Amino acid sequence: MSSEQAPNRPGPRVEALRTTGRLDPLVAAQLDGSAAQFALVVEHLSKRFGERVAFDDVSFEVGYGEVFGFLGPNGAGKTTTVRTLGTLIAPTSGSATVAGIPVSAANGPAIRARISIMPESPGLYLRLTVTENLRCFARLYELDDIPGRIERALRAVNLLDRASDPCGSLSKGLRQRAALARALLNDPAVLFLDEPTSGLDPVATHDVHELIVSLRERGVTIFLTTHRLEEAERLCHRVAILNTTLRLIGQPDELRERLFSQALEVRVRGSLANPGSVFAGLPGVDGWEPSASGGYELTVSDPEIAAPAVARALVSAGADILSLAESRHSLEDIYLQLIDEDVEAKPQ
Amino acid sequence: MSFSWTRVQAIVVKELTDYRRNRFVMLFTMTILPLIFIVAPTVQLLTAPAVAASSKLDARIGISLLYMMLIPAIVPSTVSAYSVIGEREQGTLEPLLITPIRSEEFLIGKALAVLIPTLAVAYTIFAIFLAVAAVFAHPGIESAIFAGSHITVQLVFTPLLAAWSIWVGIAISARSSDVRVAQQLSVFANLPPLAIVALLTFNVITSSTGLALGLAAALLAVDALGWRAVAAMFDRERLIAGARA
Repeated sequence: MSSEQAPNRPGPRVEALRTTGRLDPLVAAQLDGSAAQFALVVEHLSKRFGERVAFDDVSFEVGYGEVFGFLGPNGAGKTTTVRTLGTLIAPTSGSATVAGIPVSAANGPAIRARISIMPESPGLYLRLTVTENLRCFARLYELDDIPGRIERALRAVNLLDRASDPCGSLSKGLRQRAALARALLNDPAVLFLDEPTSGLDPVATHDVHELIVSLRERGVTIFLTTHRLEEAERLCHRVAILNTTLRLIGQPDELRERLFSQALEVRVRGSLANPGSVFAGLPGVDGWEPSASGGYELTVSDPEIAAPAVARALVSAGADILSLAESRHSLEDIYLQLIDEDVEAKPQ
Repeated sequence: MSFSWTRVQAIVVKELTDYRRNRFVMLFTMTILPLIFIVAPTVQLLTAPAVAASSKLDARIGISLLYMMLIPAIVPSTVSAYSVIGEREQGTLEPLLITPIRSEEFLIGKALAVLIPTLAVAYTIFAIFLAVAAVFAHPGIESAIFAGSHITVQLVFTPLLAAWSIWVGIAISARSSDVRVAQQLSVFANLPPLAIVALLTFNVITSSTGLALGLAAALLAVDALGWRAVAAMFDRERLIAGARA
């Protein structure tokens, strides 16, 4: 996934709107600027509620067609960031451009017409059917071909056969799908998904992940807030870790390299009589230590150079190699490292 | 983006569909509550003696018509007081405000969705009252009801009182953090205009065409300014985040 590079240009929908002359003048005015190359441009954005800092000095860019993960613990400011970019709340300082339009109170309706936000709680009218819920929102967006759009949105989330059911009769997972269908109605330039799998069981979570993957394949720009790290690692081109301030941003692989030294995990039958003499001086190997699994963890500068040299050295030393693999740090390791640093930095 | 009646209509249709499927609103607020208000005036009407002093007759008719006025004042107050805080409590406010809808469109949609059924109920109950008067009341009372300006006053003041009640209810709903408190405050807030109507009905304030027109104009002005005032009070940030910068 990390090998997939997110394009940093307006998507085909924007280009189509430009060529047909249906592009809003407000957006068209932005297209020549650098902001138009990105679906989201956030610069030194901060939000305070009185003395309480929700998030501070946050800057990042999200390209068109990119799935961007916004990670952080509860209370880190993820949802407030989404609400700020969605013009529901005003920033205290800094600036942002969403779908080519600068965030301001005056531009609020124009921005909200071009984006969708799926909040953590689906927020459906439970006495209304799925179709009635979607029809209400399609009218709020003043969309054309409402029946067609509703059908396409429900088909995209595999909910067409429950279209006439009251939302109150749906399971939590199906409600989440209905909310996602609602968010897709206006064909958004940026789709904000705020903790979309919060409270869902593994099967429903898997279904939502599959939907996000299918949206990603369609080139939808997605801003995904979550504290489920495996979710971000699986779905996102890049991730940012927020804990009031932006702690880190990049592709998961980049973050691993930045935070952790590279390592090889070696397991042999029995134990080496003198591991120091086996590993010392090998090309690409910087150091070693016994690992928790009974083997050895080697710190390496370049695994591709170090691995063959280590294998040869072990064979020469008469060791039976059981496994020799690059040691991978998960996104969770990165996350915990950062959050631990924050906890340690807090005054006692 | 300019004001959109399509978005207003979307809110109205959604609200009316929701009311229709809400047994409490349909059964209690829109049926039982208005019917309660017709019992006392009907009893007043049917138990009035055939011959009575003019002042006593006026008092009975006044009480009857006051009950009629309670419908547009009380019926919409609880529903409108639920309109914003209710959406917030059931988690539907944020998805709504994420759309391009303007505060004014949202508020007018909410107000119309309460006003339409309120007027339907209030005028239906008044029509039933007039029918009962025409068929069962003594001729003297019947002619007093039909001959005077009572019908005009009722027709004019019903929407004006309802609009007042709705805007007050929505304003309280937009600033409140609890549905029950909002509904109780909303009922209390309807007492001032009702008190004036009562004073007029019982001739404590001598009614005249000029005074009635003046009051109607004043209520109309308050109602017209009401949505502007409520729109100014409608703070998306506080409603969504529960706090203000």
